[in-house]
This record gives sequence, structure tokens and C-alpha cells, in this order.
Amino acid sequence: MKWEVVIGLEVHAQLATQSKIFSGAATAYGAMPNTQACAIDLGMPGVLPVLNEETLHMAIKFGLAANAHIAPESIFARKNYFYPDLPKGYQISQYEIPVVGKGYLDIILEDGSVKRIGITRAHLEEDAGKSLHEDFRGMTGIDLNRAGTPLLEIVSEPDMRSSTEAVAYLKTLHTLVRYLGICDGNMQEGSFRCDANVSIRPMGETKLGTRTELKNINSFRFVEKAINYEIERQIEVIENGGTISQETRLYDADNNTTRTMRSKEEANDYRYFPDPDLLPVAVSEELIAKIKTTMPELPQEKRDRFTKAYGLNSYDANVLSSSRDLADYYEAVTKVANEPKLAANWVMGELLAAINKENLNITESPIKAEALGQLIQRIHDNTISGKIAKTVFVHLWQNEGSVDEIIEKQGLKQVTDLGAIEKIVDEIINNNPQQLADYKAGKEKLFAFFVGQAMKATQGKANPQQLNDLLKDKLK
Amino acid sequence: MTHYTLADYQQQLASKDISSVELAQFFLQQMAKHAHLNSFITVCEQEALLQAKHADELRAQGKAGPLTGIPFAHKDIFCTKGIKTSCASKMLDNFIAPYNATIVDKMASAGMVMLGKTNMDEFAMGSSNENSFYGKVHNPWDLNCVPGGSSGGSAAAVAARIIPAATGTDTGGSIRQPAAFCGITGLKPTYGRISRYGMIAFASSLDQAGPMTQTAFDAAILLNVMAGFDPKDSTSLDTPVPDYTANLNDSLKGVRIGIIPSFFGQGLHPDINEAINKSKTVLEQLGAVFVEIDLPHHDLAIPTYYVIASAECSSNLARYDGVRYGYRAKNPENLLDLYQRSRSEAFGSEVKRRIMIGTYVLSSGYYDAYYIKAQQARRLLAEDYQNAFKYVDVILSPTTPDPAFKIAEKSDDPVKMYLSDIYTIAVNMAGLPAINIPCGFSGHLPVGMQFIGNHLSESKLLNIAHQFQQVTSHHQKAPEISL
Repeated sequence: MKWEVVIGLEVHAQLATQSKIFSGAATAYGAMPNTQACAIDLGMPGVLPVLNEETLHMAIKFGLAANAHIAPESIFARKNYFYPDLPKGYQISQYEIPVVGKGYLDIILEDGSVKRIGITRAHLEEDAGKSLHEDFRGMTGIDLNRAGTPLLEIVSEPDMRSSTEAVAYLKTLHTLVRYLGICDGNMQEGSFRCDANVSIRPMGETKLGTRTELKNINSFRFVEKAINYEIERQIEVIENGGTISQETRLYDADNNTTRTMRSKEEANDYRYFPDPDLLPVAVSEELIAKIKTTMPELPQEKRDRFTKAYGLNSYDANVLSSSRDLADYYEAVTKVANEPKLAANWVMGELLAAINKENLNITESPIKAEALGQLIQRIHDNTISGKIAKTVFVHLWQNEGSVDEIIEKQGLKQVTDLGAIEKIVDEIINNNPQQLADYKAGKEKLFAFFVGQAMKATQGKANPQQLNDLLKDKLK
Repeated sequence: MTHYTLADYQQQLASKDISSVELAQFFLQQMAKHAHLNSFITVCEQEALLQAKHADELRAQGKAGPLTGIPFAHKDIFCTKGIKTSCASKMLDNFIAPYNATIVDKMASAGMVMLGKTNMDEFAMGSSNENSFYGKVHNPWDLNCVPGGSSGGSAAAVAARIIPAATGTDTGGSIRQPAAFCGITGLKPTYGRISRYGMIAFASSLDQAGPMTQTAFDAAILLNVMAGFDPKDSTSLDTPVPDYTANLNDSLKGVRIGIIPSFFGQGLHPDINEAINKSKTVLEQLGAVFVEIDLPHHDLAIPTYYVIASAECSSNLARYDGVRYGYRAKNPENLLDLYQRSRSEAFGSEVKRRIMIGTYVLSSGYYDAYYIKAQQARRLLAEDYQNAFKYVDVILSPTTPDPAFKIAEKSDDPVKMYLSDIYTIAVNMAGLPAINIPCGFSGHLPVGMQFIGNHLSESKLLNIAHQFQQVTSHHQKAPEISL
């Protein structure tokens, strides 16, 4: 039988605020346990939550970018369950009326086509703390630093039909939240977490199959692998006459399998009800209008502009707009050297290779955009060749001075003195009579030999165009 | 000296007839003398004397405010930094908050001297003060009777003149009902008028702090300090605080007072009925006009209250799990055992009953039938009042159906106990202010009546109560043990 795969994703994006969603405690990652938890985060008696308005603004930003309905009034609810790292015995979340309603995101598939993925909702909530099961000799440690950290839970429609589509959606979302500056997107630190709802149904069937929810899939690669494993598992179960039970499954990256975490029967009755400590969250038209003015250019807009304004192909435009920092870097390069295509090649080639090799962020690049622009400018004005530029690049990376200083110091300036090049060319022709004869006899491939010899003699500094023209002339 | 009011002590302090330290010492003696009433959970002798000394220093420097050096007590539901806050529960017997409730800060900043923390029903759940881990409180008018609850310790202490004033909280009548049983003045302000920050939550959408005093004048003085917006409480009202003493002497000429005839029928003790009738005559003499009104959905009040209050309490009390503070069961076998034994060993039976009711009404499959229905009923009750306030300025109602009942009389019958709040509960559901003042006696026991006003009408309520107290003496009567 042919099976159709149905996937929906729930993403928890940690909002990049300085303080928590309902208290003034700091949200910075990696502090000593329980040093960033105040009385409110600890769920002490009598304390009360107060909404951090910044989180609301970030949620609205996301809603606007996702073409979504922004609720004029949304409600915080309590999700009640007992767990040691949940200090109040309930999580403050949004249930019946989330701040962001229905919307959509367009994703680009591998074949270049565009697919629209529905956003069901996005709501604000607080994170729980962490239970630490190691290092306590059979006991459990509780770290409440993370308790109260603001999250935006973004729920998609079950619109994806393969793990590749799921990853494409997740990457689009990841790019978007970083563009909006509402989430740092750090998946290792858990700032951007994903759960996947996966089901299958016979091709052509319109009713949804029973789904399982996959957890612990916190990298793009794991999302793809976990979903693929789960699809295979479900097909096998059904084709062997079994049924899928609705459950939460944990992905085990070590052996690439998923296993039951809890069944539907074991699921909590969360007893949601509106939190009486918090008023309904009112969002005025004025606030939305104000936030609209702070919206950055979105990835899709930027991509379109890069193709139009810089004449980039869609692949290059896509890569260069994949993060705001990278796009900003690229545009800063083109400001210094008005050579968009050459700049794209350099940024995507040498620069990204070096950045990735050293595991750096583009903002941490030892070569600033201005310097790379100057380098490209020197290629463009024939001071150096593209090949020599790679040498300059290495020196630049080592922080050995400005582009011009390095060219000067290392004596890398391109020889553009026609007389000097001619002298060298004459010498080479004279010293290689055999090759000259062969060339004249029709072995045209030997042209490259002469170019190579000349470059060697000039240590690569001869202007390639001039050299070419001269050689062609002399070898006639 | 015990018949003085807070306003009297203000004058005596201002004229330096007495020092803050002398006042504090006197009342600390009163507390020791009447320890058998069990109205206090914690006595803060050293802290109080230090505060009083500081108050005297301020006065000597000419920096005293109107409340500098005035002694009082907090209900043990308000968190006090460095001093135990138990909420009368075994669960919090070892709990010392590292922060002050907002009103604790406000009253301390005003220079007031806190003498101790008063007894109450556990987590403010109860109408008799029999549900305290620290034992029951006795009514100073009759030691065999309850003082009412949940603010029973505050009411008994003020009535017995052990202290001149105290704070209380009112979720369904917990200020007004004990005030009525003990013959004092108790004001439950508009929901949100006083910050709830640091006040241990029972039912967040109903809880409201207020002053418990001998007179309406004293209540106005305290409300001036307690009221106000608090950025730490999202539900506190961001509206200016008037001077609540400013309109106390306004004439009652033409004030329209609503009466709900059905409130005065069966179920109301005849002595209370008579006391209120006499009071009506007094109010008419003062110029007030009585208008009959109806609250058609009032019958829904008690069941609605027990759904909403219990639902909220089941969630509010989930934090007491033995993990971070408070009572923790010994040698738990596992996490579930830790939760179950910590909670079952440390909560009293009334608290457990309400947690179970609340958990039930919020459960999947019951939520719509109970919680949603109750919210709808709550809206109807609130609308009833809004309709009534089209025709009247305030509503006059009994505070309780009966005078104080005997200790243990109702403790085995929760429904009977719940019915003793029949006149007070709807007010909380509508978020309205109401004040209880003494209006007579049933035998040797005081009885009270309450005025209910529209949102933020505290000034009007205090004005009416004060005018009534200017021409009557019920509020001046003190129990024999205080004399």
C-alpha cells in the first residue's frame, strides 16, 4: 500500500528577553543552579506574577511575520500538574485564547517550489525548571534557574508530508525567529525545541491516522532521522496488522529509535482554567501598528531583494539571507566593493568555510565586512588577482593588518607593467623552444603551460588578463 | 485605657501624653493577659518594642506621620520578612518568608508597630476559626462560642481590646462575619483596592484584605494606608486613593439604601432582624431613604462560591508539595509518597475537602458543568448588584443569619457551616466593598449588619457607618473580659 505521511510540529522558542516572563529574575543561560530564581520563580506563598510586556511584543512580532491573527484579548491559564521542577504546581500558559491565532509560513522545497504551511496558533508560557538526576546519590536535584523563562509555543497545522518538509519548515521558522530578534535559536542550549506529531494514512484517505508525538529531537538532523524512523515503524506496525496507539515517544539518538514515554491513558488531566492572578492581555490596534514599524525585513523579502537588486541566483540569495547577521555582513561587503556577485562568492566561499572550520558566528569573524570589501575592491581594480587574494585573505584572518598593508608588506601587488610582463614572457618562450614548436604544431593545451610558467616567474602577481593577451600575441 | 480607639491613640501620641513604647508595652501585656483567647499565633514582642522605640525617636525629631507608633496586628496570612507566616497551617509552621507583603511594607513605612500575627482558619478556609493548626479561638463575649472566621483571631483581639486594630482578609465573608460575631467594625474593600502581593492566596479572584477596628473612623484611617495600586499585583486597581476620612461627616440626607425583603424572612435570627429594624429607624432619622430591591440570583451565591473558590484553592495550594519549603514528610519512599504524605499529614480536613472539590470541578468532563456554569452564575450575581445600584446608593443586609454559634456546633456539618456565610459571599463574587458594623445584641452576643456599595464606594460606606456610629453606641460596648 502507498502511505501518506502527515506531520505537524510544535516548537518552543525561548524568547530573548533579559528577564523572565512573570518576574524580574535574569534569564541568562548557564548560571550556578538556583541563583537566577526569585521568590516568584520559586512559587513562594503569596507572591504574584506580573507579565513582562516585552514577551507580548515579541509574540506579536512573530504573529505579524507569520501573517497571523493577533487576539485583541488573550487569556493566561493555569496548566495544573505536580512535578518537582514545577514550583507552583501549575504552569502559566495560554489555552483557549492564545495571543497569536491562525497564520502561515511559506517554505521552499528542494525543487525550488513554494509550499504554504499553516500555523495553528502561537502562545506565551513559562518554562519549568530542571530536574538533575546525576550527582545526587540516588536523589534528584532541582535547578529553578529556567523556571519562568518566557517561551513562545508555535504550533503548525499537520501540513507537512515528509521529514524533508518538516526540516524545511523548522529551518524557515528558525531563520524567522532569529530575524525577528525574538529568539537566539540556540538548539544545544534548548532555546529552540521541537516536538513532532507524526501519523500515516493510506494515500488518498482524508481522515487523519492516529498520531504519536516525538520528543527529544533537538537538532535538524535528529528531527529528520526521528521522523523517518517513526514513519517506518508506523508502516511496519500497520502492515503487520497492528494499530498505532496515541502516545508520546522519546527519540533515542544513540541507536536512532523512538520508544514509548507515556501513553494517552497516562496523560495528565491538566485542569486548565483562567489564571485569576493575571488580567486578560489586551492588545490594541495602536500597539500592533507600533510594533509593525519595528519589524525588520523578513527572510523572504530579503531573498527577493537580493535576487532583484544584486542579480544573485536563488541559491545564493537563499544562503545569504539565511541569517540576518550573514545578510548584514554581505550587504556591508557590497557597500565597500560594488561587486555583488564577486562578494557573494567570497562570503559564501572563503569566508563561510573559514568561519565554519573554526566554529565561529559570522559576527565573530576576524575579518570584518569592510576588510573583505576592500579585498574584493583590490581584485576589481586589478591590484591583485583572485588567486593572490586568497593569500591576502589568510593574512587578514590572522589579523596582520589592513588589506593594503598586507599587499604592500608581502609584496603581492599584481604586476601590471606591460613591459615587465613582456620581458618575462619573452624569456619563457626563449627558454622553452620545444614547447613552442609543439604549440605551433597545434598542441594548444600548452598555452596553459606558458601561463603557468609566467605566473611562477611572477609569483602569481602578473595580471592574468594582460598575461593572456600578451602570450596569445607572442605565440601567434 | 482599653476603651480608646485608634483615633484616640493618634491624638495621645501626637500630644505626647503617651509614648509609642508605653502603648506597645500596654498592648503586649493585654496580649499576655488574654492569651487564653488564643487570638495570636505569633507575638512579636522584641520587634514591636524596637519599632515603637524608633517611632518615638521619629516623633522626637518631628518626623512622625499620622500612624507613627500606632500598635496593631496582622492576620497570619500576610508574609512578614523574618517572622513566621503560618497561615494557621502545619504546612507552613516552619515557614519564614524572605519578603514582606505589600501592605506589611506600607504599614511599617507609615510607622505602625506590629505586635504579632493573629490566629485564623487554616489558609483562610472556615467560618469559625476552628480550623487552625494552632487551636481554636474563643469569642471574647462568650468563651464557649466561636469568634467567626477566617479572620477570627483579629476579630477576637480587637473586640477584647487586646489590640486597637488588626488586618484581615475576606474571601467570602472572612472579615465581616467574625466582625459581626465579635461586635467590631470590619471593612472588605473593592476587589483590587488593596494589593494581594504577599498575602497567601486562597481564592485569588475573591481574596481581599481589609481593616478590622472598633470604629468606621479607625477603618478609614487604616484604609488610607492599606489601599493603592501595586505594580506587583496585576489585579490591583490603578485608581487614585482618596482620603477616606474626608467624607465621614457628610450628611445622610437623601442617601438611598436598598433592602432586599427576602433577606429578612425565614432563616434570619429574630434578634438580628429586630436590631436591623431599629437601625433602619436610626438611619431614617439621619435622612436616609429605604428602597426595596431584589437580587434575583442570590440563591446561586453559595454553590457558585464553593465551585470557584475551591477550584482556585486547589490550584493555589498545589505549591505546598514538600519540595522547597514548608512541611515535608519524613523518609519519603519516592516522589509520589513525598507529595501524598507531605500534603495529607500537613493539611487539615477542611483544606483537603476544598482541594478535592476544586480538583473535581476542574477535571476534564466536569469543567463545563461546574466551573463554566459557576462563572456564568457569578456574572448574573454581579449584574444583579449593578441593576440594584441604578436605584440605590448602598444596600443594607444582615451580615450573618445568626449570632456566634457554639464551638463544635457546626464543625461536623460543612454545609451548615457554609450557610453561615449566606449574606456575605455574593459580595465577593461581585468584587464589591462592604462593611460590617455592630447594630445590637442577641442576648449577650453582639450582632452586625453590613452595608454593600458599588465598586470603589468605600468612602460612602465609611460615611454611612460613621454617621450611624455617631448616634449609636453598639460599637463602644466591650466584652466583660476586656474591662
